[in-house]
Amino acid sequence: MNSKKPGRRRFLKEGAALAGLAVGAIRSASGQTLAPETPAGKPKDTLAYGERSQFVNSLRIGTNGRYGMDNPELPRASRDYGIRTPLQDSVGIITPSSLHFIVSHGYDSPNIDPRQHRLLIHGLVDRPLSFTLEELERLPSVSRIHFVECAGNSTASGAVFVPGAARVAPTGTVQQVHGLTSCSEWTGVLLSLLLREAGVKNGATWIIAEGAEQGMHIKSIPLEKALDDVLVAYGMNGEPVRPQQGYPLRLLVPGWEGINNVKWLRRIKVVDQPYMGMRESTRYPSLRVDGKARWFQFEMGPKSVILRPSGGQKLSGPGFHQITGLAWSGGGMIRRVEVSTDGGRTWKDAAIQGPVHSKAHTRFRLDWNWNGEETVLQSRCTDERNEVQPTVAEVGKIYGVNLTADFFKERPDTLIHFNAIQSWRVNRDGSVQNVFA
Amino acid sequence: MYSLNHVLLVMAAVLCFASAVTRAQTPAYSKVGRTPSEEEIRAWDIAISTDGKELPPGRGTAKEGAVIYAQKCVACHGQSLEGSPLGTALVGGKGTLATTRPVKSIGSYWAFATTVWDYINRAMPRNQEGSLKPDEVYALTAFVLFRNEIIQESDVMDARTLPKIQMPNRNGFVPPRLEDIPDPRKRGCRLGHCP
Ligand code: HEC
Repeated sequence: MNSKKPGRRRFLKEGAALAGLAVGAIRSASGQTLAPETPAGKPKDTLAYGERSQFVNSLRIGTNGRYGMDNPELPRASRDYGIRTPLQDSVGIITPSSLHFIVSHGYDSPNIDPRQHRLLIHGLVDRPLSFTLEELERLPSVSRIHFVECAGNSTASGAVFVPGAARVAPTGTVQQVHGLTSCSEWTGVLLSLLLREAGVKNGATWIIAEGAEQGMHIKSIPLEKALDDVLVAYGMNGEPVRPQQGYPLRLLVPGWEGINNVKWLRRIKVVDQPYMGMRESTRYPSLRVDGKARWFQFEMGPKSVILRPSGGQKLSGPGFHQITGLAWSGGGMIRRVEVSTDGGRTWKDAAIQGPVHSKAHTRFRLDWNWNGEETVLQSRCTDERNEVQPTVAEVGKIYGVNLTADFFKERPDTLIHFNAIQSWRVNRDGSVQNVFA
Repeated sequence: MYSLNHVLLVMAAVLCFASAVTRAQTPAYSKVGRTPSEEEIRAWDIAISTDGKELPPGRGTAKEGAVIYAQKCVACHGQSLEGSPLGTALVGGKGTLATTRPVKSIGSYWAFATTVWDYINRAMPRNQEGSLKPDEVYALTAFVLFRNEIIQESDVMDARTLPKIQMPNRNGFVPPRLEDIPDPRKRGCRLGHCP
């Protein structure tokens, strides 16, 4: 036992011991044999588990290019809280699992043995239940394509520090500004099925979900959503969920801010009120200028961004270029994406790649002949509820403030859920720059 | 005879009713999932609600908390709870929320004392998470609340007193009532923004 981490280790060990008592019962119930204790050896052979070409070098980056997220010795200020997806290199709508963004509030991914892991469902239910991974895999499953996006993605908040600085800097790239969203095919069991098995009691209105990492993240979610489209996912893009994404189990709460999607999920309690966990009640509310804070903002609004061309890229010269990007909305399917190649004066409908999935990245494309003149490219999307992605000024209007780059410098505090239209300026030399307007 | 018939009738009615209820609630998948033991649930059931009904037995005061703080917390949170590069400030910021440099601390921002207890219990001290005993968590919570001038140094914090603490910024959130949180439409949220 590692003497550096006696507390949680002891806790996990006790939990495992308790869970271990039941292994025999589970075995006889399922009638299936478990995998051997250790795999035969880690195959380095790329014929056994493939790698991409050595010429492909697209990488996640940390905030301002720093990593060290898992190093508790590093001062908090220099630890990394957002590992961003290289959206500029993406094609199609699926984010490779190796490039999915990571936010885990500075905690290491726990190294969980799936045979030791249990999902406990209890609280206001008729029958508390404990599931092994194997049992969950035996239940009817579904696969759904959904984005997961951090509530702080795309924002200019923290503009005088990281990470909002990129949104207002001419050098901001799409990865730095918008890289906290990713989209995967998730496979698992609908939480509604598990809750039905447990039998939700009258008076229940919320669930709380809890992870197994050192800090044991806890999140309250209204029961109505839990019974709607929430998944307990064990699969991601055709294989088990990656450790950094919550192996062996995670919650997938489609369309809602990332913090709801509890990774390393080990417990769901059905309750009658939100539990006001530390992050939901003190970190994820966003402050208004009058000093009051909005909490539990849940749904991510309609957002789109052009990935090519985007900040930091360079067009080879005038002529044909296809403009392409992604659109998504927590409100459902993307219905329409419009692109402006003249700074918002005129808009053209972009082609949308089908099939379009609800609460999922949606690829759009527009053919464009660049005449070599300086111009500004923008995209805006409309979702199935006819909600249209707002301009920066319109987001400001919702909040009753004038949202300029200076506003964010003066008030670096969190204005999250920032889904305003992104503008990229194409200069005459073909270079592309971020514009905050 | 009459009474027996009557009893049987009532029993039949009760059974019918019961089976109608259980039919809707019967698990659909046999032998998937196991009934956890009471103690197993208890060992995992650590989250504390705002009414504090899950708080374990135990007690502590700020005086006791100061001693534990000096051993287990000061390295990251500082002598005067002012914070350091290793840990956030645990005091300060009163009256700053509406300014351009808001400081969100337990005293200036947090809405519930139960959140302080829950968070220290689950997540502190960092790298030794889960190592504190309930008495220690009560004492440390009392210490932090005392240093934020929310309670007196000798006030005893336990399962009864802690949930009653009125945090200074309890009314600083929208919507203020927890019952009003779940319905974004009623709250006037749109485009992913709540007013
Ligand atoms: C190794 C450094 C370290 C130690 C030791 C430590 N903390 Fe912390 N503490 C932190 C960090 C870092 C955070 C911020 C965590 C975050 O935001 O995810 C924090 C946050 C907190 C908070 C939340 C405050 C806020 O407003 O964000 C409380 C309360 C707290 N610690 C109490 C304690 C207590 C009590 C102890 C001693 C038992 C302790 N801490 C020991 C590093 C530490």
